[in-house]
Amino acid sequence: MTLPVVGWTDQIARARLHVVTGKGGTGKTTVAAALALALATGGRRVLLVEVEGRQGIAQLFDTQPLPYAEERIAVTPGRGEVKALHIDAEAALLEYFAMFYNLGFAGRTLRRMGAIEFATTLAPGLRDVLLTGKVKECVGRTDDNGRHVYDAVVLDAPPTGRIVKFLDVTRAMADLAKVGPIRGQSEGVVRLLHSQDTAVHLVTLLEEMPVRETLEAVAELDGADLRPGAVFVNRVRPPRLPARSVTAAADGRVDASRVREGLAAAGLNLSTADLDGLVEETVEHAIRVQAELRARTQLDEADLPTLELPEVTEGLDVAALYDLADVLLDQGAR
Amino acid sequence: MSVLDIDKLIDDPDTRVLVCCGSGGVGKTTTAAALALRAAERGRKTVVLTIDPARRLAQSLGLRELGNTPKTVAVEGFSPKGELSAMMLDMRRTFDDMVLAHAGEQRAKEVLANPFYKTISSSFSGTQEYMAMEKLGQLAAEGSWDLIIVDTPPSRSALDFLDAPQRMSRALDGRMIKLLSAPGRAGGWGIRKVVGAGFTLFAKAVGTIVGGQMLADASAFVQAFDGMFGGFRERARKTYELLRSGGTAFLVVAAPEPDALREASYFTERLESESMPLAGLVVNRTHPLLAGLTATKALAAADELDGGAPLAAAVLRLHADRVAVAQREKRLVSRFTKAHPSVAVTHVPAMPSDVHDLEGLREIGLRLAGG
Repeated sequence: MTLPVVGWTDQIARARLHVVTGKGGTGKTTVAAALALALATGGRRVLLVEVEGRQGIAQLFDTQPLPYAEERIAVTPGRGEVKALHIDAEAALLEYFAMFYNLGFAGRTLRRMGAIEFATTLAPGLRDVLLTGKVKECVGRTDDNGRHVYDAVVLDAPPTGRIVKFLDVTRAMADLAKVGPIRGQSEGVVRLLHSQDTAVHLVTLLEEMPVRETLEAVAELDGADLRPGAVFVNRVRPPRLPARSVTAAADGRVDASRVREGLAAAGLNLSTADLDGLVEETVEHAIRVQAELRARTQLDEADLPTLELPEVTEGLDVAALYDLADVLLDQGAR
Repeated sequence: MSVLDIDKLIDDPDTRVLVCCGSGGVGKTTTAAALALRAAERGRKTVVLTIDPARRLAQSLGLRELGNTPKTVAVEGFSPKGELSAMMLDMRRTFDDMVLAHAGEQRAKEVLANPFYKTISSSFSGTQEYMAMEKLGQLAAEGSWDLIIVDTPPSRSALDFLDAPQRMSRALDGRMIKLLSAPGRAGGWGIRKVVGAGFTLFAKAVGTIVGGQMLADASAFVQAFDGMFGGFRERARKTYELLRSGGTAFLVVAAPEPDALREASYFTERLESESMPLAGLVVNRTHPLLAGLTATKALAAADELDGGAPLAAAVLRLHADRVAVAQREKRLVSRFTKAHPSVAVTHVPAMPSDVHDLEGLREIGLRLAGG
């Protein structure tokens, strides 16, 4: 019934950049946030980054939209902290111009003219290069004592369908000039993303399509020499039926009279309509449990460490995020 | 909260275009296909334009590849009262066709051969939405169907197509590229006075980043493309008018999840502000209660059994889980309906497993219609 608990491997624990991707709707922002909290527990400093302009982190932590700046959004037991950063490609481009061409002063005007949008339109790869470039800068930044400013960086990345294109900076750079500051920096980005310092985690649900996309993404990552990290199975619901009853129930065979007797023993005497309703709910539940079992078997093909997160029905607030972080810690995330 | 009457909507001969929009992963494509099937079986001559269907769903409609022209769905044992055709959008080909329609042969050749065209036609943000609407315009102009059902791309803003021509012409503004490729000479004083020396530096910086060849390609492309924007804009205006006309209805599709419903709110507001005809909200994959027993009672009874009657105990506990899910969904949906009380809503109970055949689509159609 349960997946083999492989948990967090030493190799993943060594990574400093945790890229979190998944099919749309699987909850990758939630998982990224819970992972950031888990990694920060025990006094570490973690940066949670988003790049898609959705302000999903701010919504999750119930704060104001994030600016283009690293701001503390949570503290964790043991004096750890999570900062968050919303990277905007245009702001990152202006930052480059300010750094290399002393162009900071003209930035606002250029933006108003649409010049920045124009530059990122000319070379669509440029956008991804700017985003990953900024991430790399955060991962590599050190303080005066030469110590890393962040112990780990968690990136809420684009969905599985676009993840390899996003991380394959080498290919994006083919669009761009052969020299210049961005080219120079991108070589460092390529080194980081393909090194042991980076793990690409995949978020999935126990459903056919998300699992298939996960497997496809793993193959694509392998093909591009990027390192798949762990699979996060999100929104796992408890199987309620005794294992031996699942197959029969999924076929529509639920012994209604036995259910009725059981209910009566507990002092419940339901109408026929309600009893039929309960039986139908049970059949649907069993069909879903079977589909989940198939999804698990398929997921085994990925042969990756797997962590599970329970479904949160009560509504996802900050307290629930801490609970999810605890669940990850219990499964070895560190 | 009013109830969205799907059958009334698809049976109405005045409904000519149905646009399904919503965020990614909510089941837009399946909803569009199910609506099209139901409309066809109820007697309308229907075509469904899908964007990026899952492989098995595409196969169930007899679509094996991007065709860019509608094909009649001919599956054994399927003989609808009306007619059902389906197609998958080929973005690149639609764009090519648009260029060919708006440029002379020589000029179109130049544009299509330009390396920079590849970038614009495949990666410019909003191109997919733009092409979906372009294709819709073509299908409507063809006049071969009673009802056109459109699935929209899984992007943040399904209404990007409204802005795409404008944005594209701004991004490819000839003046900008001239300034960038020869900042010393072109452009006139107007802009340069505003930006001053900054622009020359900026142009140099852009040139360094994207490279000289790219700028040269872009420059040639823009020159060849320049005359076409008028045609594009006119075309987009016509599609826009079609969308605002009485024959069109928008359906916003959402899963009963906070993110999807937040996006649904956003679409609703945008449609309202553009005076687009919004037919209603489809809340997809809900888990309604099939038995009227509270969670507290069910759990208390399950505890009371204390290990005896394992089947009955399991049934009670899974019902309690379902009550929790149903309550959460109800709460989330009511947040939407409170903010948008005039929007009609239909709930589509979740199918216990994935759908990839006509029978499954038919069942979803039935659920859409409240059956």
